[in-house]
Amino acid sequence: MRRREALAKLTGRERYVDDLPLDDFLWGMTVRSPAPRGRVTAIRFGTDIAWPEFVVVDHRDIPGPNVVALIEQDQPVLAAGYVRHVHEPVLLLAHPSREALRRAARSIEVVVAPEPPALDFRAPPGPAEIQYGTDNVLKRLQIVKGDVERALARAAVVVSGTYETGAQEHVYLEPQGMIASFEGAVLVVKGSMQCPYYVLKALQHALAREEALVRVIQTPTGGGFGGKEEFPSHIALHAALLALKSGRPVKLIYDRGEDMAATTKRHPALVRHRTGLGRDGRLLAQDIEVVIDGGAYVTLSPVVLSRAIIHAAGPYACDHVRISGRAMFTNAVPFGAFRGFGAPQSQFAGERHMDVIARTLGMDAVELRRINLLADGQSTATGQVIQDGTDRLAVMERALELSRYREKQRGHAAFNATHATLRRGSGLATFYHGAGFTGGGEVALQSRVRVAGRPDGRIEVLSANIEMGQGTLTVFTELAAARLGVAPEDVTVAEADTARVPNSGPTVASRTTMIVGGLLERAADDLRRRVGLDDTARGAAVQQAIRRWHREHPGEPLVGEAAYERPPGIAWDDTTYRGDAYGAFAWAAYVAEVEVDLRTCATRVIDFVAVQEVGKVLNPTLAKGQVQGGVVQGIGWALMEECKWREGAMANNQLTNYLIPTSDDVPSVRVAFLENPYPHGAGGAKGLGELPIDGPAPAIANAVARATGADPRAIPLTPEKLMELLEIADFGLRIADSAP
Amino acid sequence: MNVLLPGSLPEALDMLASDGAAIPIAGGTDLLVHWPVRVDAHDRTYVDLSRLDALKPLSWTADELVLGGLTTYWDVIRDARAAQEFPLLGNAARQVGAIQIQARGTWAGNIVNASPAADGVPVLMAYDAVVVLESRRGREQVPLDRFYSGYKEMRRHPDQLVVEIRIPRRPYSYQVFEKVGGRRAQAIAKVGLAVTRSGAGWRVVAASVAPTIRRCPAVERLLETGTAIASPEALLPAVARDVAPIDDIRSSARYRTHVMARLLYHDLRDFWGKRG
Amino acid sequence: MNGHSAIRNPQSAIPITFTLNGKPVSLGVDPAARLLDTLRYQLALTGTKEGCGEGECGACTVYLDGVPVNSCLVPTYQVRGQRVETVESLEPGALEPFERCGATQCGACTPGVVMTASWIREHPELLATHSIRELMAGNLCRCTGYDGIVDSVAEALREPGSGKRDT
Ligand SMILES: Cc1cc2nc3c(=O)[nH]c(=O)nc-3n(C[C@@H](O)[C@@H](O)[C@H](O)COP(=O)(O)OP(=O)(O)OC[C@H]3O[C@@H](n4cnc5c(N)ncnc54)[C@H](O)[C@@H]3O)c2cc1C
Ligand code: FES
Ligand code: FES
Repeated sequence: MRRREALAKLTGRERYVDDLPLDDFLWGMTVRSPAPRGRVTAIRFGTDIAWPEFVVVDHRDIPGPNVVALIEQDQPVLAAGYVRHVHEPVLLLAHPSREALRRAARSIEVVVAPEPPALDFRAPPGPAEIQYGTDNVLKRLQIVKGDVERALARAAVVVSGTYETGAQEHVYLEPQGMIASFEGAVLVVKGSMQCPYYVLKALQHALAREEALVRVIQTPTGGGFGGKEEFPSHIALHAALLALKSGRPVKLIYDRGEDMAATTKRHPALVRHRTGLGRDGRLLAQDIEVVIDGGAYVTLSPVVLSRAIIHAAGPYACDHVRISGRAMFTNAVPFGAFRGFGAPQSQFAGERHMDVIARTLGMDAVELRRINLLADGQSTATGQVIQDGTDRLAVMERALELSRYREKQRGHAAFNATHATLRRGSGLATFYHGAGFTGGGEVALQSRVRVAGRPDGRIEVLSANIEMGQGTLTVFTELAAARLGVAPEDVTVAEADTARVPNSGPTVASRTTMIVGGLLERAADDLRRRVGLDDTARGAAVQQAIRRWHREHPGEPLVGEAAYERPPGIAWDDTTYRGDAYGAFAWAAYVAEVEVDLRTCATRVIDFVAVQEVGKVLNPTLAKGQVQGGVVQGIGWALMEECKWREGAMANNQLTNYLIPTSDDVPSVRVAFLENPYPHGAGGAKGLGELPIDGPAPAIANAVARATGADPRAIPLTPEKLMELLEIADFGLRIADSAP
Repeated sequence: MNVLLPGSLPEALDMLASDGAAIPIAGGTDLLVHWPVRVDAHDRTYVDLSRLDALKPLSWTADELVLGGLTTYWDVIRDARAAQEFPLLGNAARQVGAIQIQARGTWAGNIVNASPAADGVPVLMAYDAVVVLESRRGREQVPLDRFYSGYKEMRRHPDQLVVEIRIPRRPYSYQVFEKVGGRRAQAIAKVGLAVTRSGAGWRVVAASVAPTIRRCPAVERLLETGTAIASPEALLPAVARDVAPIDDIRSSARYRTHVMARLLYHDLRDFWGKRG
Repeated sequence: MNGHSAIRNPQSAIPITFTLNGKPVSLGVDPAARLLDTLRYQLALTGTKEGCGEGECGACTVYLDGVPVNSCLVPTYQVRGQRVETVESLEPGALEPFERCGATQCGACTPGVVMTASWIREHPELLATHSIRELMAGNLCRCTGYDGIVDSVAEALREPGSGKRDT
């Protein structure tokens, strides 16, 4: 089936939040902290502004607790006399004219008595920089399997390495925005978001409103990638506060500069590996330390850290593993959810480290992976026994074959020997991604989905999971249609409006298709049962029964429902971090081929092959598009996307200075799937959305290492950095000089 | 904000003469960037050049290619003759932003915007282009390589418009344009280099490595004198005399210097140590 | 300074007439208005999107006298007497290849993408000198990885009827 809303998007008819018609409204704007840390000693209002025309909100206008409710209750809606990061919201303004607002906002001076900020998450904080606990550690987590120290002591070879990954900005093409207004006593907030119920909870909490008096509606969302997971709650609260105070609808839309400066990014990370190996290359011990920069509030850092450490050991069998994780407080704009959620960071380190090991042992990188990849019956670092029947070696083989890896290796040697200034090489990464919430997370969410039968026999799916480009509307339509044997045209998917749809959990963690889709199928079965049919009834029979039921129960709603149930045989212990971390893993092997120009040290990806096993592929076009988009985002993260920091805030908050790949920067991404239906996922599917961001960076760094002899340990691997590495390696140009 | 809408060049020159602070606007691809948040810019007066049709076409004389004051990158890209005789113009034009920018951006705007990272300016300079300025006071011709005096400082008075860019037609025995950006398409140059060789001698023009785009006399001399150069490092002293790159948000001084030297060394491999 | 007199006496709306999607339009525009804002907020043509306001993303692409431009960089007064076409002018039937090949995901870049893509389709001669990827480089997309877009353009070019419009 084709993407449901494709034509609306292609013709420009789809209405995003900033496109909605709105009468008699005010524009909202946020006044922010200029300093990374300190007491707000004064707020000076410019004298050339007609202030009575403006609505001005500060922390005293918040009806409930001044907290954006999330994991911890530490982040204020508006700073109350103290700021912890640059761009922290201090005041809100509203006015009918956006231009007048901009002038007014500029005339305000927030005066901060500066205190020493903690700005480097890698270095231990000085005493004056301690602001969280006794050591600025926001969260510590550990995974222990076997006895690492003993195994390391006995290992024939120990290879160590330190790896770093930078922050990444989401650059969803639609900047964040919200509209808050009133329908009678009910506060209605509409906007671009991934998790309507997160926004609802945050509004209820800080505004001290009961659920019946708040309604949250997701508008078509122009990309999210995690950036619209937790952050939209802030904008929703800000717009709502202005609407409450003014009594008028308020529209708060960030422009690109504000969006890049003030919203979350991918957590920067530092990962240390100490790996014990046998002479044959078998992994005997993995000692891994993962440190991530959390920024100035806890936000989602504990869960990002969790996913980072669970994925840190890679898809390999090893009996002795210790993974220690820390999320650090710094006075940076808080880091947040981003596609992959910690796993890309730790797997960059792990997969680059595999190639470093191979080079140290003088071993082939493919062979090293071949002997260590998990086989069925073996267990991951958390002790989760993998028993899914996926042939992980076949996944890798397919990638090698499609990329013609071996032949190209020979070709590259010849190419590099004859070219004065160009170097080519290929790199491999084998990796995995757990789908759904970690451990007991899915149980705690208690997700519910409804499938309604309409009087005309049509089917409506009700869930809080949203479309942001990844295909929810299409996949849900397909799943419901297939389950009930009806035509896709007879299925609608309800708008994600908290007044109508049940809480099916957030649209994150690659859980929508696999988990929520599974609930949808069960809710469809429930609907069938309610009209007196069994699970074999299909098509016209179902629709006739629905119509008949409505004739017999005029005016009553007909709704099937399902709630989350833990798949059988899954056990997780959150205190020891042992057990089945995820219901299922998706597996992948990616190969990047690069060309490095030794004159400029610029790296270009000239071919990319992405092979994965994601259970059953429900919609090939959508699945391929997810992979291609994720790979290109990964290419950007690996090579060019670099946040430049000034006092913990992004200094290059413009698209001209924060570069993402254009169509001309990337090759066609060649995608292949191996299918092994997952019995507990909708239609046999496993999660897919995040997997493709894990592999490109290590595959590319490994390819650059092959091509040039450099030993990159950090991304983004910009030309400036590669130039330094090549000089250190004393490589490149000298060879270039001796070439013809 | 005020906008003046002249229908002819004399009218536009009158407006500029009577309002000493008015700003000409052509394609707007520099002036309109981040426009909503640049509220100071909304307090100025603009003179819209977009209807001065006489300034649009590019034309040929027996010994010159003449770009108009409103000729765009796209005008040059589509001109087969320009592409043939002055390949660096089309080459640079294609690397300015993307089609949406090429369609609107003008060569004159690129000159007057005076960005040290511009792509249009270095190729024009390497072709010995002359800027024709006009005001109510008359016409003035300034060779482009003497147009800039410092960062965003130039020999143009506020009442003057660039009405023509005149490029002498000469046979070139060598020409190259190199743009090193943060990505392949739509990037501002971290290093730019335009090199030509004609009967008038070598022209080596560097971009993004000094407060202005400028010629590199020390490097030109090495080429004119046929000095043998054995490695990129050997060029560093001359490069250091000619340019003064800085660390900024896009790159580092070190990177810029080394890339400059490497591009020169490799591109001109056939010429080092060969005279005449 | 003249700039100050301008603050005190800002110019009122400038009356302009232009052709929008084939129909003549006359209206008064704020001298500081960008074409993008005029289209979206004054004329309620919200198909054209703002992704950056700095000419980088191409989400605001419209045709000005038949050529794609970023409407966030065009002062509205400059379109007087010109032809402006927005995504709303495109024939929905012609967009089938884009639907089929996965050219859109979140859709925020999409109106700009289909504008540039449709222009390429009408000018297949450009492909003698330019690649599809080079011509599309002014339209950033964060979702598709560009394959869906590039494939759609290639497909569209194969269909009868491409290259028909002259601008
Ligand atoms: C996304 C994007 C990408 C870009 N990429 C590149 C790039 O890769 N390389 C590059 O070199 N540039 C790049 N640019 C800038 C480039 O588009 C401009 O420098 C362009 O050439 C300016 O022409 P314009 O007509 O648009 O100038 P405007 O914005 O109209 O004016 C620019 C300046 O020139 C003055 N001016 C214009 N015309 C005249 C005249 N005839 N006489 C006197 N003064 C005049 C104006 O007063 C103003 O100061 C980019 C811009 C954007 C937005
Ligand atoms: S909004 Fe105009 S180019 Fe991005
Ligand atoms: S479809 Fe989302 S940015 Fe292109």
